[in-house]
Amino acid sequence: MSARIGVVTFPGSLDDADAARAIRIAGATPVALWHGDANLHDVDAVVLPGGFSYGDYLRCGAIAKFAPVMSLIIQKAQVGLPVLGICNGFQILCESHLLPGALTRNDHQHFICVDQKLQIESTETLWTRDFSPGQQIVIPLKNGEGGYVASEATLDELFAENRVIATYVGSNPNGSYRNIAGISNKAGNVVGLMPHPEHAVEALTGPTTDGIPFFTSILKSLVGAS
Amino acid sequence: MARVVVNVALKPEILDPQGRAVAGALGRLGLSGVIDVRQGKQFIIDLDGELEGERTELMEKLAGELLSNPVIEDFTLTVEN
Repeated sequence: MSARIGVVTFPGSLDDADAARAIRIAGATPVALWHGDANLHDVDAVVLPGGFSYGDYLRCGAIAKFAPVMSLIIQKAQVGLPVLGICNGFQILCESHLLPGALTRNDHQHFICVDQKLQIESTETLWTRDFSPGQQIVIPLKNGEGGYVASEATLDELFAENRVIATYVGSNPNGSYRNIAGISNKAGNVVGLMPHPEHAVEALTGPTTDGIPFFTSILKSLVGAS
Repeated sequence: MARVVVNVALKPEILDPQGRAVAGALGRLGLSGVIDVRQGKQFIIDLDGELEGERTELMEKLAGELLSNPVIEDFTLTVEN
């Protein structure tokens, strides 16, 4: 039986269908999770998709962290459940303190939507092992509040512990400190990424298929673990 | 009735693009001498009865956990009972 990967839909999520499609293309079974769910339906991993959960009211991701399904995900992520947060999902992971730092408004004030070049910096996480270190990829980036900020000490620690998983190549698109596009927790099971790998899994609809390794990585990780 | 006012502002070291845009607009509209603008949020919370004891503690906790994000924001809380 193929791995079961949950995709949470919050009111205002946009990219849940694309995340499920990416999971299917990678060879796993997507499982729809609802923000009000009181159980995780035996999923092996979870994707928190992009969008505007709860209208981004208060702060991006601030309300979502209190959703019933999130309290379970936070609990299990702390003991190893693999979680990938994309865009709004990354914001939710930071608000939940599963990842350090926060995402703030783009320094230039504008919403951006571009095909973005990234460099993969760490292949040691459960979600990036199918890349090679230093590999450059192009996937869509679309956000209004994608500027990654954290204290200098936290930034130093992230780099020292090889927890920056991807950086922006070329000009910095949103003012993220030290060009950070994605990070992981210490254990490497929780990854947050501002650009959208789930939109780059088919030649017909994406700029590339460079997003696929995020989803095949987790499959390999799960197979290796079982 | 108690009124709780929570003011939330970005920490000084966090860039505030909205404040910067407002600063630019103030200058364009003829206000001279604008050095800096920081944009924040204010929550006005009306509660039944006096705010005291455990409810005060919970209010302060929620100001730090829900109304603001301690990673990037500071808050002040005042109570008018």
